[in-house]
Amino acid sequence: MAHGPAKGISRWLFTTNHKDIGTMYLWFSFAMFILGGAFAMIIRAELFQPGMQLVEPAFFNQMTTLHGLVMVFGAIMPSFVGLANWLIPMMIGAPDMALPRMNNWSFWILPPAFLMLASTLFMEGGAPAFGWTFYAPLSTTYAAPSVTFFIFAIHILGLSSIMGSINIIATVMNMRAPGMSYMKMPLFVWTWLITAFLLVAVMPVLAGAVTMMLMDIHFGTSFFSAAGGGDPVLFQHIFWFFGHPEVYIIILPAFGVVSQIIPAFSRKPLFGYDSMVYATAAIAFLSFIVWAHHMYTVGMPVAGELFFMYATMLIAVPTGVKVFNWVSTMWRGALSFETPMLFCIGFLVLFTIGGFTGLMLSIAPADFQYHDSYFVVAHFHYVMVAGAVFSMSAAVYYWLPKWCGKMYNETMGKTHFWISFVGFNITFFPQHFVGLAGMPRRIPDYALQFADFNMMSSIGAFIYGGSQILFLYNVVATIVAGKPVSDDKVWDGAEGLEWTVATPAPYHTFEVPPTIDPAHAHS
Amino acid sequence: MQGAINRAFVQGAAAVSSALALVLSVGPAQAADGTRSTVNMAPGVTAVGQSIYDLHMIILWICVVIGIAVFAVMFYSIIYHRKSRGVVPAQFHESTKVEIAWTVVPFLILIGMAVPATSTLLEIYDFEDAEMDILVTGYQWKWKYEYLTEDGENVTFFSNLKTPQSEIYNSADKNENYLLEVDEPLVIPVNTKVRFLVTANDVIHAWWVPELAVKKDAVPGFINETWTLATEEGIYRGQCAELCGKDHGFMPIVVKVVSQEEYAQWQGEKQQEAAQVRELMAQTFTMDELMERGKAVYARACLACHGANGEGGVGNAIAGSPVATGELGQHLNIGINGVAGSAMQAFGGQINDVEMAAVITYQRNAFGNNMGDMVQPIDVFNYKKG
Repeated sequence: MAHGPAKGISRWLFTTNHKDIGTMYLWFSFAMFILGGAFAMIIRAELFQPGMQLVEPAFFNQMTTLHGLVMVFGAIMPSFVGLANWLIPMMIGAPDMALPRMNNWSFWILPPAFLMLASTLFMEGGAPAFGWTFYAPLSTTYAAPSVTFFIFAIHILGLSSIMGSINIIATVMNMRAPGMSYMKMPLFVWTWLITAFLLVAVMPVLAGAVTMMLMDIHFGTSFFSAAGGGDPVLFQHIFWFFGHPEVYIIILPAFGVVSQIIPAFSRKPLFGYDSMVYATAAIAFLSFIVWAHHMYTVGMPVAGELFFMYATMLIAVPTGVKVFNWVSTMWRGALSFETPMLFCIGFLVLFTIGGFTGLMLSIAPADFQYHDSYFVVAHFHYVMVAGAVFSMSAAVYYWLPKWCGKMYNETMGKTHFWISFVGFNITFFPQHFVGLAGMPRRIPDYALQFADFNMMSSIGAFIYGGSQILFLYNVVATIVAGKPVSDDKVWDGAEGLEWTVATPAPYHTFEVPPTIDPAHAHS
Repeated sequence: MQGAINRAFVQGAAAVSSALALVLSVGPAQAADGTRSTVNMAPGVTAVGQSIYDLHMIILWICVVIGIAVFAVMFYSIIYHRKSRGVVPAQFHESTKVEIAWTVVPFLILIGMAVPATSTLLEIYDFEDAEMDILVTGYQWKWKYEYLTEDGENVTFFSNLKTPQSEIYNSADKNENYLLEVDEPLVIPVNTKVRFLVTANDVIHAWWVPELAVKKDAVPGFINETWTLATEEGIYRGQCAELCGKDHGFMPIVVKVVSQEEYAQWQGEKQQEAAQVRELMAQTFTMDELMERGKAVYARACLACHGANGEGGVGNAIAGSPVATGELGQHLNIGINGVAGSAMQAFGGQINDVEMAAVITYQRNAFGNNMGDMVQPIDVFNYKKG
């Protein structure tokens, strides 16, 4: 019955194994993280000093656009799908994902899509240069011809995400081990289940938006052109109806990761499991009715402004509940500070700061000053990088020993954390100041009063970027020559079914469903 | 090692929160010399700007207080509830009472924030009783201002970046208003409620002047309204806030707030200038005059894309180009109507007929083109008429 993986390249091309597919997702997303990071380094190098030094404004815009697209769709989203693939079956006691062959497809359509997106850099007129939010008509009538390839790439990415989500929903709903009720699922599974529903709901909306762009560009329609009876602002409504849930798609799995790791290193169960589940659901619901807070300056009627302001402010409540629950989990625990825990505490501190600036941005009248300034850039990097990327780093350090049966170098891991933490704050904290002082985002050059903080920001970015090389080295060194781990339960405080299988996790796990202790609350 | 790292963590995180506090203490708005703060929002010179600034500070302080409370609890745990101290972890893991408390209390705080936020928003949306209207139109990559009057004799002009390429490309020293200077600023009177009607000609732009507390998207095909009431004379600088293509970073806004008298005088001068232009339209110029005027217009309107020596760049080369050395009608057509679907804009509405005649003549006779022909303002006028 038990058989191992196929040999050679066909193992990876044709695999239907959730662990192999998870591994491919994780490596792919790391490659995209490096690519998107390289774009960011170009941006920060140009912004090191006032004046144009390295690149032309048109190319600078291509860099900001591709940096955003690659990081959101290539790095963060696939990394969490990879994590879901590896962990969800192991956490719920299932032998694999519910739809393994579709799983293979949802991964393998990604690399060609990104290859196509990256190839636009070499096309006449250059890559997309209209920002990752691609507002019409800059992205339609006024875009370079490569926009058509961008649209096709977005369609494929959406397809991949929808297939991945269907798979996760089907797996969680049908393949839980007997006795694992919904309210016994690990929180990571819960947050992913809710994320998957968000994805299924909004990815088609994004597909609709880019299809309308395609029609406007090539088939003479005027969805987003006032001259033909359309409306450029319609694009923004559609985009943000996708785009706001999208940011929760990115952050909810991160919440799940942190909710697994903090209890493990606090040696104490997660505080308020039920309220964590409800808070996640509440955030997901609210994410559908707040989209226009990205558009306060677009000329909405005051009633619309008020509605979106109140709804957006409300998000602070469930988000606050989560932060309070994590802190309460640590309270009177027995804490230790291995690398995954350090990244989670880093997440907690910085995500909270990002949450506060989010609350400030929700205040519509104040947003008339914050909007489209570097204050916004600082805000969303505090939630995206310190939120999603820090938690992803935590996840890799936490589960890597289970995946490959070897222990990473703890000193190097902690060094990676500290350099990241310091580099990150040097990069993004000053951006709050220049934003408040009036520096607009997405500009290749700036007035002299912004010079000092921009230089600081660039130095921080190089430090943060460089620290990721250490991360890569640590992971590769662990896989190649790490110290073998023999305990099933790698961490003394870890809870959950994934820690009951052998280390390293065998190619097939839970061919026979595990028994769930009915007295045990949840993991 | 372990202890050192943990202590460093405490210090590191404390540094972040103290940095925030530091900023708040230096924050208060205006630096001593009266220039704008480089770390905080400008309250500016309007009542609305002051309300927004106050709101911003209140909410910032509420966040800081909550943040300090949350981080204090967390760091207390990090310091005292650590395994290395030999503590035995508690096993409590839920409390409905506590959950209800930290749902209800934040909700009440939010209501406290929503009240002043709502009143400030209503203040911003009060467009009534404006004493004058200015139509602001965003172009790639400049602003057009039109003072709307009842008699239709509107003062209209474009406002372009004045910073020379030499400063941008680092061959000359940057002046103190680098990238925030224009050839012709918007002029408005002090203590007057001015309504701006904001729109765009091509893509979406956003008109932002922090000290006037105005930011509004300029959407092609739609007209947004916003307003300001400046209480102090001075020069206020801002920038386009919505990504609008290549030179998004190079279309600043400068607003000069002047006394009522000065404003009336300025309006008079502008009206006179307009009359002069009308007079010039009827004149016939010599080749030298046209070339001299054309050179100036070229530097302002064409150079950025077509190069200082007509060598091209974003736009095609002018030197030896089939258009500039070809049939005159086609040259006029492109200058006036632009080229659809390309970066070449329709300049017919952006420069006057004298300027158009001069620059076309210049293009046909400079950079070694030597066509020898001339265009007079009347030719442009007739061409436009069809």
